[in-house]
Amino acid sequence: MIENVDLALVDWSRAQFALTAIYHWIFVPLTLGLSFILAIMETIYVKTGNEEWRSHMKFWMTLFGINFAIGVATGIILEFEFGTNWSNYSWFVGDIFGAPLAIEGILAFFLESTFIAVMFFGWNKVSKRFHLLSTWLVAIGSNLSALWILVANGWMQNPVGMTFNPETARNEMVSFWAVLFNQAAVDKFLHTLSSSYLLASMFVLSISAWFLLRRRHELMAKRSILVAGVFGLLSAFMTAYTGDESARTVAKVQPVKFAAMEALADGKNNAGLVAFGILKKSEDKIGERTMPEFVFKIEIPGLLSVLTSGNNEAYVAGIKDHINGNPSKGILSVPDKVQRGKFALGVLTDYKRARMIDDKVQIETIKGIFNEKEFQQGYFRYFGYSAVKNPEDVIPNVPVSFYSFHLMVILGFAFIFLFAMALYYLFRGTMEKNRWFLWIALLSLPLPYIASQLGWVLAEMGRQPWIIQDLMHVNQGVSQITTGSVFTTFILFAVLFTVLLISEISIMVRQIKTGPKH
Amino acid sequence: MTIMISHLFLQQYWWIIVSVLASFLVFLMFVQGGQSLIFTLPRNELQKTMIVNAMGRKWEFTFTTLVTFGGAFFASFPLFYATSFGGAYWVWIAILFSFVIQAVAYEFRSKPNNVLGQRTFDVFLFINGSLGPLLIGTAVATFFTGSNFSLNKMNQVRWDTAWYGLEAVLSFRNLALGFAVLFLSRINGLLYIINSIDDEGLTGRSRKSLLYNAVPFLVFFLFFVISLLLSTGFAAEPATGVVTIEKFKYLHNFLAMPLVLIIFLAGVVGVLYGIGSTIFTKTINGIWFTGTGSILAVLALFLIAGFNGTSFYPSSSDLQSSLTIHNSSSSLFTLKAMMYVSFIIPFVLAYMWFAWKAVSGKRMTEDEMKSGEHIY
Repeated sequence: MIENVDLALVDWSRAQFALTAIYHWIFVPLTLGLSFILAIMETIYVKTGNEEWRSHMKFWMTLFGINFAIGVATGIILEFEFGTNWSNYSWFVGDIFGAPLAIEGILAFFLESTFIAVMFFGWNKVSKRFHLLSTWLVAIGSNLSALWILVANGWMQNPVGMTFNPETARNEMVSFWAVLFNQAAVDKFLHTLSSSYLLASMFVLSISAWFLLRRRHELMAKRSILVAGVFGLLSAFMTAYTGDESARTVAKVQPVKFAAMEALADGKNNAGLVAFGILKKSEDKIGERTMPEFVFKIEIPGLLSVLTSGNNEAYVAGIKDHINGNPSKGILSVPDKVQRGKFALGVLTDYKRARMIDDKVQIETIKGIFNEKEFQQGYFRYFGYSAVKNPEDVIPNVPVSFYSFHLMVILGFAFIFLFAMALYYLFRGTMEKNRWFLWIALLSLPLPYIASQLGWVLAEMGRQPWIIQDLMHVNQGVSQITTGSVFTTFILFAVLFTVLLISEISIMVRQIKTGPKH
Repeated sequence: MTIMISHLFLQQYWWIIVSVLASFLVFLMFVQGGQSLIFTLPRNELQKTMIVNAMGRKWEFTFTTLVTFGGAFFASFPLFYATSFGGAYWVWIAILFSFVIQAVAYEFRSKPNNVLGQRTFDVFLFINGSLGPLLIGTAVATFFTGSNFSLNKMNQVRWDTAWYGLEAVLSFRNLALGFAVLFLSRINGLLYIINSIDDEGLTGRSRKSLLYNAVPFLVFFLFFVISLLLSTGFAAEPATGVVTIEKFKYLHNFLAMPLVLIIFLAGVVGVLYGIGSTIFTKTINGIWFTGTGSILAVLALFLIAGFNGTSFYPSSSDLQSSLTIHNSSSSLFTLKAMMYVSFIIPFVLAYMWFAWKAVSGKRMTEDEMKSGEHIY
């Protein structure tokens, strides 16, 4: 589709989007989770009439406000960067992607922004119950905001519910419900939300632990640990469960990503699940790409086969199966897919040519081809492969996929223990005596942030080279502007976001040191 | 019984919704207008704090409306989204940049240890307050004056100047609308201050300042409107979609759609009445007239840009690449799905209104600024 792709332009456009997304995602999970923690605390205040709970809630609300502002600031850039930096992609998917985004604006953003004003400024102006309702609506609104953008992201991982229209040269939605209930979208939504609740709970736990270590505001700290401990433990279980579901879906709809995140070069029966491993370069090559091998690994035999197929003898396809093809397992090779993608592109080009010379018979014939299920399923679904030069180019970065996945999982399990221990010491009344635990809780603050970012690194880098799985190569989606322009804005945003982050952390630390005002 | 809804109807329906969002955005930019006044209008720090807080309680409405405007444009006319954002790169990036620094400025400005200092965050507010309306107005003016882009057969955009959108500021007509929007935002900002802050000194100065902002507004606005009525426009043949240059196109559009003309004139009268009544009487309600007037006038401008066989995003370098509401829209299915969602908009407006009243029932006072309850 694009004849001469400037790879530096693609790289800088990707870098800019990644930069914005990473910064955005530093703030958003805390907003998503902390909003519910605020709502829970205020509910206790309204139920019990205990003013202390209101004071606790207001302390966390101040931190919420600081974090929320910068999340909003980075969010607007993300929305518009689809257009500024990925305009070809925006057109190609606009008919599907746009609807969730518009609904998000109408349904969620206004809910969130309207009631956040009541939450912050309405304390002495509206009734207790209306204020409480507003706080819950902020939580629901911010979580709904996440729904639609994650539906869009789910679609990029597993495009469904659409058909390609050769006339407009884009994908058009044919089933809203298929897009909404796309398995990849449902998994992504639930996993993202539960992990964000976990992150916010850890934020509250860590800061409360600091108060206990300093022997300040001990009542607030313990009550906050109670709320965060229960919410965090439930969320940590939910995160583990939804993570497992997500991995199964990836195995089905993005098998190359799945093989990469397991660092499984060769397919096998009775495949083991690597709980932890260290990779090194090997002599083994696929085309020009060197495959890593394990220096060391802790493996649970047969478990990967069980998890993917429910049977420990089942075959789990490796990267090589997906590149070279494995007819006995019904897997097409990349060259096969490239051929099919090129065929689909040829049909589209023929259509455009027929349009130009107004060849009505040819136009109708080709429209008919596009309506055939066999063409859509067997050829057009590999449309993006028409831009693939070497078969090995469809392999995502294996070490990045492997380590981001495994570190995330290890951390995910650690959080379950951490929250469980927090609740154990709290109920035993021995929290303050176990200062070592308070230190661990405090120092664990960055960990859920790291785990959450790793999740996105896996989701997005693991999808490469696709901007839309199999349908559109990342090189095809980029806006045709100069590399210099994108490089300049990358630097501008990098400096701005970094300065704002430093300012945010500095304000946050000061507010925490000051503690609750009332 | 199923009701047949045509693609054409939905394209028009969504153009109206996008236009309504745009017109509310211009009104809500009173927040930006107020921000642009923080270094000149107040006499002391306390007055500045009051202006910042009055605007700060509303900034999210404006911000959210901008985000929803972008989202709705993406959803209903994705080819515009892809073409304009991916082509006029620098204009949109500049606009975005100014909104990013706004979002943090309110929350961070008066917080201890904010690293950059209050002055820097106030400068951020000023930059957003001045540059935001100016650039948005300038960008919207290209809906009438055209841009330099072309689309290939796969509908992929190529911008034909090396300035990637910044060339729009070289046209005085574009700039005139930009300045008109800027001064209108400042007028609405002043009227909002008069309406919502209970401080004689500040409201007195605001009334005076109103005149100094109304004059340049009128000059730029009249220049833009007169040049619009006299200029050639971009007509799109409904049956074939072929775009041609038509003399007095926008004047023709007003005459062909008298209701739109009435909306426009009512808007202009509303704007002027709100300004005049505030200058010459003691009323504090000018904002409602000028605000409503702004909404109506902008709505009418958007309607003549998109309706009556007009290209709303014309290309001056390749006429046939020009965008109309027909060739740039989403599919029938998507527009219909979105229409069902749009039925909740009245409900959204209702709760926004309710919440707005609940929080700003009383005018802001000096005492409130000293109360320590979440002050920006």
